[in-house]
Amino acid sequence: MRLRSAKTGWANVRTTKVFMSEATLSAPPTEGAPKVSKVSEAIIRIAGNSQDGIQAIGGFLARLAGRSEQEVMTFMTIPSTISGGPSIFQVRIGSGDVLSAGDEADVLLAFYQHSYEGHLSSLKPGGIVLYDSDHVQPNPEFQKLYHHVAVPITSRTVEALGGTAKDKGKNVFSLGLIAKMFDLNVSKLEKLIMERFAGKDESIAKNALMAFHTGYGSSVGNLIETFQFVESQKKSGQQVVMNGNEALAYGLIAAGVRFGAGYPITPWTDIMELLRRELPKYGGAFIQCEDEIASISMAIGAGYAGRVAVTGSSGPGISLKTEALGWAVMAEMPLIVVDVQRGGPSTGMPTNVEQSDLNIACFGGHGDSPRVVIAPTNVEDCFYMAIEAVNIARKYSVPVIILTDQSIGSRIEAFEEPNLEKLCQDISPDLTPVADHKPYDLAAENGVTRHVAPGTRIASGKYPVVTGLEHDELGHPTGSPKLHTQMVAKRRNKLKALASEIPTPKIYGPPEGNILLVGWGSTEGPIREAVDRARAAGDSVSSLHIKHIFPLPNGLQNIFAGFNHVFVVEMNDESLYGYGQLGALLRARYCDPKIKGVTKTDGLTFKVREILEHAKSSIAAGIRKL
Amino acid sequence: MSSVSLPFEILPRTGNLNTTPVAPIADADRLGLTKKQVAADHPTWCPGCGDFSVLALYFKLIEKRKIWHEKITTVAGIGCSSRFPYFVQAHGAHYIHGRALPFASGVSLTRPDLHVFTFGGDGDAFSIGGNHVNHTARKNIKMTYVIMDNWVYGLTKKQTSPTSPIGFKSKTDLGGALDQPINPMKQLISAGATFVARASAANIPHLLQMMEAAMDHDGFSVIECLSECVEFFDGAFDAANPRKGGKFDLVPAEHDVTDEFAAYKMAADPFPGKFGIFYKVNRPTKNKNEADITAKAMEKVQGKKPWEILQATFNRMK
Repeated sequence: MRLRSAKTGWANVRTTKVFMSEATLSAPPTEGAPKVSKVSEAIIRIAGNSQDGIQAIGGFLARLAGRSEQEVMTFMTIPSTISGGPSIFQVRIGSGDVLSAGDEADVLLAFYQHSYEGHLSSLKPGGIVLYDSDHVQPNPEFQKLYHHVAVPITSRTVEALGGTAKDKGKNVFSLGLIAKMFDLNVSKLEKLIMERFAGKDESIAKNALMAFHTGYGSSVGNLIETFQFVESQKKSGQQVVMNGNEALAYGLIAAGVRFGAGYPITPWTDIMELLRRELPKYGGAFIQCEDEIASISMAIGAGYAGRVAVTGSSGPGISLKTEALGWAVMAEMPLIVVDVQRGGPSTGMPTNVEQSDLNIACFGGHGDSPRVVIAPTNVEDCFYMAIEAVNIARKYSVPVIILTDQSIGSRIEAFEEPNLEKLCQDISPDLTPVADHKPYDLAAENGVTRHVAPGTRIASGKYPVVTGLEHDELGHPTGSPKLHTQMVAKRRNKLKALASEIPTPKIYGPPEGNILLVGWGSTEGPIREAVDRARAAGDSVSSLHIKHIFPLPNGLQNIFAGFNHVFVVEMNDESLYGYGQLGALLRARYCDPKIKGVTKTDGLTFKVREILEHAKSSIAAGIRKL
Repeated sequence: MSSVSLPFEILPRTGNLNTTPVAPIADADRLGLTKKQVAADHPTWCPGCGDFSVLALYFKLIEKRKIWHEKITTVAGIGCSSRFPYFVQAHGAHYIHGRALPFASGVSLTRPDLHVFTFGGDGDAFSIGGNHVNHTARKNIKMTYVIMDNWVYGLTKKQTSPTSPIGFKSKTDLGGALDQPINPMKQLISAGATFVARASAANIPHLLQMMEAAMDHDGFSVIECLSECVEFFDGAFDAANPRKGGKFDLVPAEHDVTDEFAAYKMAADPFPGKFGIFYKVNRPTKNKNEADITAKAMEKVQGKKPWEILQATFNRMK
């Protein structure tokens, strides 16, 4: 189990210790009872099938961590089949910073033979595999490497709940086992179980509690060690626990968004369903449209009518929206487009993660159509960057694309409760009559357009048309070469003004050294962990995470100048010329030949060791060439 | 860990950020608009184009019904007819090809205080935007949609349109159009539009009557208006014009406008067919259905500020 020193900023070093041995803070073992070890964090992987409710166990653990002021991060895979298929849920709980869902698990809970065989390799050497002995036949080879704990999970669940429930409660039974193993707070878990089943038939909650207690009380023969989390050092007050899709949707609500339109597509659908359910409480609405094009068009229509509206999608849905997005750029209409990225192109890998939409987000569509692209780095960031997106859209009258991805959207994290009273905004339309109005005023400060919504009386009697044709200052069509040049510049210059407002991102680690890892979006955790691990091993590595992709913040070249190698770490293809999508953008922007790519396309989140190995082998290859 | 990275001040509400506000005027003190006040750019249509009549009648409608500039929103897609918003002195939007309806739906659903008019041609309505016509009709979104049908692509200079009759010689069908043309009335009735009428730009009093009735309908009201393209399909609608030897038969007085099958049957009449309201029923609009959902949801959180509603949600996520 990893034991970590107190938080000392970036130089915080993790020492990795083998899970089952020499835990430094062990309590003295009592006769016949398992040894109790104190740990600062644990990674638990639950493997089963998609209908086993393993997400529910993970959800309970994550929520419990949130209530115990611990940090937590989860990771899940789901098959893109309609029902069934192998599925995993990994949860990493820590008393200090948790940066990623973890490369290797400390504990594997395996429901089936395929879960056992498929996921043992993700367990660290000496780790514990807790398996359902009703379904799993352990492999003697593996028994030498991992500590095996057999529990007849299925039959004991059936025994506890009676025949009709079959093995339906085995997830909650297993939660009981884990609770025992990690000495988790039983009363808090009971409360979470009760809350989860509140409003349903009383017998459901009763059965769940019974399954939980049977699991908790189950004799686990060869479990020789149990664990206790050291008390969390963060006493930061209340935490909320949610996934990235939820945080993003609630962030939009806090920002004052009251209208949206969408079409279902995985993994964007969660956001759409949430907004459809929640917006009416705030006087708003979310409309399910006939297709992606109608959704973005309806959102733009609402934007024109005076609201900052949201649409969103994933994968091919984003391609479909690009013509309308071009209109919003041309007409200078505020709009939020959420892109929860998945594997592409085409239908691609609907339930896997990829960061391969950066190009379409920044450049998708015909013509010169500058728009804003931002990418949150974790669940908490999804909440705050949604607010930021709305404010950029309003301030610069421009579409803003929020690039998240399948992993950040579905992973659960705990974060400090936001001050909602302070953050929530009212952005309802203002219909106060005006004297005169030119929507595309070339003399406006920084070229920023201000629309007046329909319903606003304009005393001069001259009313604006918003349009996708190149236009004059009032929005009427023009073929004037001069005006086209001026208007193209206007749309570009306002984003330059925005760029000057974006703070230069802070470097993680020393500002000068050998290697700089540059990332964007959901990879911040594993990249920082890679920095920690490399520095602990004596390597000179720092990292930089870019949240504002387009326009980029100013001043990055000064940061790059401090390093011998700059590796842009991203989950997309190295493409024809050897760079991922952000890598290519940064090379084009800074003409810096030391910018190289660390990319991968397996549809899974980055493992810390993959980042380090790739960067090192790339440097080695470069030296060979010399 | 993170916070809002841009130090944005809380902006004032959307719009009007750099304009000088003026005092409101009471409606009673306002005069109706004259044609001169509602006309904007001079239309770019060819002399003799049927679209001129539709525009003139739109002005007439605004004058007659005393609608204020700011209370109407004119939306269009792409095509000759879709240049419409530039010619009207009122808030307007010229959107992309075929998607004017979902755009106008976004306006209609968020702004019950506005009259939303959408104008377009047969390409917008039945070709590139065909799907949206069906779904806007099915959802019954409150607005008036005037389809200026000329049976040809005029803006791109004579290609076959979805309503071009079989045999029509165009630049894309040199030997004559082959594909079965769409029957707009049949399409609109079966899609679930709640007001379906047929008119002609050549019969001005009748068209005005249809536009008024459409505007007063609570729901998605559509008019297919035959509007001749003198440049690329001259004489297409002569058979419907008594001045050119044709006949303009009105929908019989005894036709029951709520009878879907009778309307559908009438739509099958060979050209020139009948003119008038084919079908008209009252079905709850999407606007009302959504407003009902919102009202019900808001009732449960009555008296709470938005941040308090969100706080209650967050409290359940601890």
